[in-house]
Amino acid sequence: MAGSGSPKVGVLALQGDFREHAAVLRSLGADVTLVRRPEELEAVDGLVIPGGESSVMDKLSRAFGLAEPLKEAIGAGLPVYGTCAGLIMLADSIVDGIRGQQSLGGLDVAVRRNAFGSQGDSFETDLDIPALGGHPLHAVFIRAPIVESVGARATSLAALTDGRVVAVEQGNLLGTSFHPEVTGDTRFHEYFLDKVRAA
Amino acid sequence: MTNSTNTGEQGSNRVKRGLAEMLKGGVIMDVVTPDQARIAEDAGAVAVMALERVPADIRSQGGVARMSDPDLIEAIRAEVSIPVMAKARIGHFVEAQVLQSLNVDYIDESEVLSPADYVNHIDKWGFNVPFVCGATNLGEALRRINEGAAMIRSKGEAGTGDVSEATKHIRKIKSEIAQLTSMSKDELYVAAKELQAPYELVAEIAESGKLPVVLFTAGGVATPADAAMMMQLGADGVFVGSGIFKSGSPEKRAAAVVKATTFYDDPAVITEVSRGLGEAMVGINVSDLAAPHRLAERGW
Repeated sequence: MAGSGSPKVGVLALQGDFREHAAVLRSLGADVTLVRRPEELEAVDGLVIPGGESSVMDKLSRAFGLAEPLKEAIGAGLPVYGTCAGLIMLADSIVDGIRGQQSLGGLDVAVRRNAFGSQGDSFETDLDIPALGGHPLHAVFIRAPIVESVGARATSLAALTDGRVVAVEQGNLLGTSFHPEVTGDTRFHEYFLDKVRAA
Repeated sequence: MTNSTNTGEQGSNRVKRGLAEMLKGGVIMDVVTPDQARIAEDAGAVAVMALERVPADIRSQGGVARMSDPDLIEAIRAEVSIPVMAKARIGHFVEAQVLQSLNVDYIDESEVLSPADYVNHIDKWGFNVPFVCGATNLGEALRRINEGAAMIRSKGEAGTGDVSEATKHIRKIKSEIAQLTSMSKDELYVAAKELQAPYELVAEIAESGKLPVVLFTAGGVATPADAAMMMQLGADGVFVGSGIFKSGSPEKRAAAVVKATTFYDDPAVITEVSRGLGEAMVGINVSDLAAPHRLAERGW
């Protein structure tokens, strides 16, 4: 892929704020496709799983035959970036999912869904993220999950001041509890596109 | 807007509007018991609206409709982990205070309940919990946003199973937005006057071509095809009130509406999920309703 024009990036479009991700990726020069079907997944070199309701994405991905191809693609090294619900989808283990909820897995982490409480507890704050360099990143947490434990294969990229982990990386996979797609700070998406170009 | 530090800022505009962004492409279902909330969550609802009576029953039973019993709201919150919304009467800021203290995720200042104030809506800026409000046209939507609403739903005519008013309202809002985008700057002052909305909001929409908050649709959606039509008309998502639990097989219909909302532009999927759903809610034609019984006319 390196140097061969616009990276072809999919955004999982079953539910959630997929249009915001698509807009950010397009602004960075990516060739963006919305993905709801296995054949659409086959055509992309990287995938973003957006914010939304993880239990709904899980159900729809299984009902429409997308879950297994997604797992295979992740296993084969497809670069995938998940925000909020997307982080939950990428976690090997979910704490406090709904009855029967499954994830795609890939990230060696346990993620607690809805870790901060109800919407009244949602918040925005600044985070230091050494991997991105530069000034702190303004992060928006909306009924957000946290990474409760980071396994040996995954690396923490950012934590709140109380130490709770809110961004992780493992090879071509990237996950954040918060939503860079709604703040206008494109550094996480650029960081992800670098992975897509290098893959 | 962003003066926050590492201590975090709650209840900001971005955080309040943000939850609605995450609900997009989803279905929010009215439920009156914890069991129904469980069925809704299992079927793929993105959120539930906890209330004592669905609009169809409010309509048939009559009387004053108020905020639900806190015990019911808490029982529903305990049953599910998706967001829980609850309704306050138009202008009833104390019901809203109660709902905020119950930690609901969204407050619906709703015309489905009996209005508590025929002049003023709730000043929604003072709350940490976000509000969704109904609108039949762009001016009404902008007045609600100006009062602090973080999400708008077109009203439709709740409790009827007749989708025609929902169609009318979403089309109206969309076409009024489109008109603004084609106006020259000097025409926007008069447009703001005619819409009875603040100039700044009108100018913002003329520039962006969309509302600054998420726009769902509501009121009369009863089938997967109804939901898909609302999405094709430009809604960001759908509220289904009486349509699910007043039908023959709620589990099946709820899951079908969810699938049709995601694949709203794919007739093959909509066809498939529409098969064998059993009886839809019986419904009432809006044209048979005498004007005083039309809920969409509440709110100003």
